[in-house]
Amino acid sequence: MNISLVGVGGQGILLTSEILSRTAALAGMDVKKSEIHGMAQRGGSVISQVRFGARVFSPIIINGMSDILVAFEKTEALRWRPLLKAGGKALVNNQEILPITVSSGQQPAVENPDSKLGEFFGDSLSTINAAALSSEAGNPRTANMVIAGALSTLTPFTADLWHEAMAGRIPAKLLDVNLKAFEAGRAAISAP
Amino acid sequence: MEHKVLLSANEAVAQAAYHAGCTVAAAYPGTPSTEVMENIAKLKDAIRCEWSVNEKVAAEVAIGASLAGARTLVAMKHVGLNVAMDPIMTFTFVGAVGGMVVIVADDPGMHSSQNEQDSRVLAKFARVPVFEPSDSQEAYDMTHAAFDLSEQFEVPVFIRLTTRTSHASTLVNIDPDAPRKEVVSKGYTKDIIRNVAVPAYARPMRARVEKRTEALRNFAANSEFNRVEKGDNHLGFVTAGISYQYVKEVFPEFSVLKLGLSNPLPVETIRNFAATVDRLVVVEELDPLLEEQIRAAGIAVVDVKTPLRMMELNPMRITALRQELLGDATPPPVQSTLDGLPNRPPVLCAGCSHRGVFYILAKLKATVAGDIGCYTLGAFAPLSAMDTTICMGASIGSALGMEKAGMDGRIAAVIGDSTFLHSGITGLLNVAYNRGTITTVILDNSITAMTGHQKNPGSGTTITGAETVTIDIAAICRAVGIKRVCEVDAYNLAELERVLKEELDAPEASVVIAKGPCVIATKANVGATPYVVDPNKCTACGLCFKLGCPAILRGEAVGKRFKSAIDPAACIGCDQCRQVCKFNAISPRS
Repeated sequence: MNISLVGVGGQGILLTSEILSRTAALAGMDVKKSEIHGMAQRGGSVISQVRFGARVFSPIIINGMSDILVAFEKTEALRWRPLLKAGGKALVNNQEILPITVSSGQQPAVENPDSKLGEFFGDSLSTINAAALSSEAGNPRTANMVIAGALSTLTPFTADLWHEAMAGRIPAKLLDVNLKAFEAGRAAISAP
Repeated sequence: MEHKVLLSANEAVAQAAYHAGCTVAAAYPGTPSTEVMENIAKLKDAIRCEWSVNEKVAAEVAIGASLAGARTLVAMKHVGLNVAMDPIMTFTFVGAVGGMVVIVADDPGMHSSQNEQDSRVLAKFARVPVFEPSDSQEAYDMTHAAFDLSEQFEVPVFIRLTTRTSHASTLVNIDPDAPRKEVVSKGYTKDIIRNVAVPAYARPMRARVEKRTEALRNFAANSEFNRVEKGDNHLGFVTAGISYQYVKEVFPEFSVLKLGLSNPLPVETIRNFAATVDRLVVVEELDPLLEEQIRAAGIAVVDVKTPLRMMELNPMRITALRQELLGDATPPPVQSTLDGLPNRPPVLCAGCSHRGVFYILAKLKATVAGDIGCYTLGAFAPLSAMDTTICMGASIGSALGMEKAGMDGRIAAVIGDSTFLHSGITGLLNVAYNRGTITTVILDNSITAMTGHQKNPGSGTTITGAETVTIDIAAICRAVGIKRVCEVDAYNLAELERVLKEELDAPEASVVIAKGPCVIATKANVGATPYVVDPNKCTACGLCFKLGCPAILRGEAVGKRFKSAIDPAACIGCDQCRQVCKFNAISPRS
């Protein structure tokens, strides 16, 4: 299975992809995770790719080969759509972070991104409001775990396995609030 | 107990260095190599490690440690190897005593680099063996093997990583609690003829190097890291490093000769493999180093037309190769992206102390020779305040060259503190000595920011957090002969403008040290009151947008212009926009 996670520096993408990778490893699968994060802290696009299965060779997922595209930001969902295979699932966080090119007036913003998302991804689109759900869970900084929870419903792994991976990576004092955020994301996407 | 853990190749190298009994390690940070030393530092009691001031010094520290009998490792990115090549080119003559491993991480595709180059070429040039891991398990195993090989043949050994091994995590069978290998230091033996590279002693060394290369070639021919994976023999692939993974992905059914120890090239192994396949294809990332040697040995190689020489390889490019060779490959259908999407380039952080300097330099219409660091982002719109960037330290020498060429107007070199200490000091000395009049602006945030906030001699602590001297940059500038040296608060734009104008127009060389913290490393002003734009006072003049601050957003439209607004979540109250505004429209939120 091939999963691409995209967004903007500072959104917690790399932690999410690491927990996904650890979950796959706990499930006994071969797994590879590749990421580009040279200047991630400076507001650029971030991409992390995770592949798992019986045997994985390339760490890179090429265009048209992602089973799931997880976008932490709406413009990035549109930007990275070519990664998604025909019939693949798009999980998009309902947040828009204007790039500097827009806020400084060099380039126009995407007009009506929500309708573009619907047009682009159709039935394969699931959206989630991670900011609201993470605040409800107790800490807005756990928005990435809300997205992880939503993503978990699209993977072959049990919630328990995800929890185990989270416990192996997240400091004990922050684990509870992250688990709550994860469950909130899981519930939100499972609800019809 | 052995179990599988997910490690990047950088982390795996650090683990292996520990388990293999390495006791001295040195590096200068550089993407994608940085995490090698960061992870070694976590084992600080076991391995004496350091951030050296540059890669040349790091290599020299490793050389000294090797001559003293210790197992030692040095790590750098590809352009860092250029800096380190001088000592390495002669140490390859002298030869290692304690095992010396050189980790060099190439960046095909230039994700975070100013150029693209294949370090294997320099390894061949230096007559040193090269391991090319294709995943983290191999990075771990090859690091162990490299220490042994280095001692057996008395040669520094390269491990060539690339972005897709350094920054990819794969499963490694490892026992993190396994005891460290007990490597007894060989100790130091005074041996002038062996260790002093002067012409009389270097000539016999030269002959030994060539003999050693042939012995290493025989070793490579029998190495477990060079193995044939038999398959359909209509095609046979010779491949190394990450390219192996792409070949296995796209041509799973064909024979492969995987070269893990690729230099010196085991030519006879390849000749034997070639004899078992109908067509031999070489797949390697960047330069055709293997292919040229294979052809030179008279072995027939398919003349591939698919362009594979520049930039990163990936399964898509190898699929194009399959289409060329077999005509049976169809790339997956690809859905389009949205036309006209706004780009999302990296930017100087909200509140970055570099921003005001570039704003003022642009205002003063200075020609700016730039350097390598976060501040290279000052080249991009809307600041557009950097004219050149070449390599670490090049700003100062090239600014002087502009002056010597008779260029008109104000000329500045802009360089960060870590880059100045890395290789700017000699350039500045040269300006003073050769009577230049340029102004060198040192952006001093007391940390190596871009690679992830590593300590440097201006930080006051070492890689392990131990207290140490804090280098006085102003004193260095005076000591190399610059008379006009001043320090300015990087956030005080009026003062910056006054000082920069005065120094740029002065008829002698000067240094302006613009001091301000790295806001993300120090978490400076976290929790500070964010600023707010009063829409009644804002005239939509657009001046604050020229700062290029990501916290300044477009507000209400006024004709074709926009008033500004400030994102309270991003603003750290650095005050630069308030100082720029001519209408007093910006103030701290009350």
